Amino acid sequence: MKVLVCISKTPDTTSKIAFKEGNTKFDETGVQWIINPYDEWYSLVRAIELKEKDATVTIHLITVGLADAEPIIRKALALGGDEAIRVNSDSHDSYFIAAQIAEIAKQNQYDIIFTGKETIDYNGSSIGGMIAELVDAPYISLATKFDLNATTANITREIEGGEEVCEVALPVVVSCQKGVAEQRIPNMRGIMAARTKPLKVVEPAAIDTLTTIASFELPPAKAGVKLVAADNVAELVRLLHEEAKAI
Amino acid sequence: MSVLIFIDQAEGHVKKSSYEALSYGSQVAKQLGVAAEGLVLGTVSDDLSFLGKYGVSKIHQVANEALNTVDTQVYAKAIADAVNASGATVVVLSHNTTGKAVAARVSARLKAGLVAGAIALPDTTNGFVVKKSVFSGKAFANVSITSAIKIISLNPNSFHVVAGEGSATVSPLNIDVTAGKVKVTATNKVSGEVSLTEADIVVSGGRGLKGPENWGILLDLAKELGAATACSRPVGDAHWRPHHEHVGQTGVQIAPNLYIAIGISGAIQHLAGVNRSKVMVVINKDPEAPFFKAADYGIVGDAFEVVPKLTEEIKKMKANS
Ligand SMILES: Cc1cc2nc3c(=O)[nH]c(=O)nc-3n(C[C@H](O)[C@H](O)[C@H](O)COP(=O)(O)OP(=O)(O)OC[C@H]3O[C@@H](n4cnc5c(N)ncnc54)[C@H](O)[C@@H]3O)c2cc1C
Ligand SMILES: Nc1ncnc2c1ncn2[C@@H]1O[C@H](COP(=O)(O)O)[C@@H](O)[C@H]1O
Repeated sequence: MKVLVCISKTPDTTSKIAFKEGNTKFDETGVQWIINPYDEWYSLVRAIELKEKDATVTIHLITVGLADAEPIIRKALALGGDEAIRVNSDSHDSYFIAAQIAEIAKQNQYDIIFTGKETIDYNGSSIGGMIAELVDAPYISLATKFDLNATTANITREIEGGEEVCEVALPVVVSCQKGVAEQRIPNMRGIMAARTKPLKVVEPAAIDTLTTIASFELPPAKAGVKLVAADNVAELVRLLHEEAKAI
Repeated sequence: MSVLIFIDQAEGHVKKSSYEALSYGSQVAKQLGVAAEGLVLGTVSDDLSFLGKYGVSKIHQVANEALNTVDTQVYAKAIADAVNASGATVVVLSHNTTGKAVAARVSARLKAGLVAGAIALPDTTNGFVVKKSVFSGKAFANVSITSAIKIISLNPNSFHVVAGEGSATVSPLNIDVTAGKVKVTATNKVSGEVSLTEADIVVSGGRGLKGPENWGILLDLAKELGAATACSRPVGDAHWRPHHEHVGQTGVQIAPNLYIAIGISGAIQHLAGVNRSKVMVVINKDPEAPFFKAADYGIVGDAFEVVPKLTEEIKKMKANS
């Protein structure tokens, strides 16, 4: 059983968001980088749990990023996983990233490809679906539970206003969110072991990008909160009705 | 050339998010001077010609029962075939749970650039640039699509539904439907409640409500407003409320017209899931709670006193208007 876990590098949620070069580039000054929480907490941990249950499971990690993504991928290796692949590119085009991952996936014939539900920086929620299409596999998005049988997976996923349980034959691509697993902290042994685990760097395949970011904008500053006294709730209702037209 | 709008249906009825996608797609078509057409997959009980009032002239329908459950692999092929058959150059979907997954697959299948979670009409003065929110609502990116076919998935509640006059012709579309590999074995719908991501108004509670037994006041308010209910992460983690109600960076991201936060401090990870709401109201007894910095309206007070009063006042307001 071979599992591929897609790992992306994102700014910590508490980072100050600013832009440079005429609002065309994200200003990385002072930004703390983390593994995208959905990748770290849910998909990676679930893959590790599968391996703990069945030692024949091998876990590959993949990231499409420049050398500055290596601390992130080493941390992911410290949590678990056997080896990592870094595709050397800083593209933010979802199709380009997905196609790079699909290239590697085609070479290695994974049974399961895990992604996070979305990246917390570019918020596409797209890459899992794109990989699935490119490798012609079923795709279960927004999984909240993932269980493996011999050749099939039982997956619970979020749908509009509820949940759906489905059974799907492997290989499958799954995007994970809360529920699939519980966050773990890497231990010393894992950190030491990660130093010697293989991390292969490959150059990107020739793939066209389909989108580019023309510019960024920050939202207009809020006017500030309008406070209403606790004994004058009627005034809040009036404001919401007449001024905000929200009720 | 046309704009093709994917119309999402469940149990034979068109979903609310589709009216928004139709209104948006029709507007894009007007901007480009081309026709707006809809696509329905599966069999429906509604007479689809009424969709004309949202600006589409024609509805393509693949009335195949195999399409009544969503398998993204099957859907992506069907939509891509429909795009090719109709000659569409722009495809619009809703960025809801189905749309997110399907749009991505169609994008890869057609090598058509996707803007996932658009919040405004494209700017077509110089290329094709669509605005979306990034960094969990803390900024926007203007994304230029450079491929010939363009795909937009529209964030729910980011465009006004525009309903006018008109009726659409419904024409069957004959395409091969492949067999899916996903078997749905159970569905748990939270029945009778408003779906969180599609709701206009969301009433949300945090640890300030002290325990699940106190949720009655919040549910009464939600009922009065026809609102969906949500909660902060610790509330979901403690099983005071079902975990699918948890909003924030690690939970559901929403963008309703009105978000009412009760006994929620307003941690940055919470705000990341809700700060795309048009209007935010906070009720918190601590004037220093960070939520007051993000909100539009606020009451510093005890939720147990303020919330029942709020429900009463809304009742009164409705009775008088
Ligand atoms: C990586 C990461 C991801 C996270 N993701 C999320 C997420 O997705 N969503 C999320 O919500 N959180 C998330 N969190 C947790 C977040 O940081 C906060 O801890 C959480 O949002 C706090 O929940 P709360 O506001 O309900 O509780 P508290 O912070 O305990 O706030 C309770 C509030 O209630 C008020 N209060 C108390 N009594 C009353 C009363 N009688 N009337 C009125 N007000 C009252 C208090 O003044 C206080 O402001 C995340 C944290 C981390 C580190
Ligand atoms: N550069 C990347 N390298 C590897 N995996 C990625 C990358 N970007 C995104 N992913 C994966 O795709 C998921 C969804 O990303 P997105 O579609 O950008 O929201 C993430 O949670 C990751 O698992």
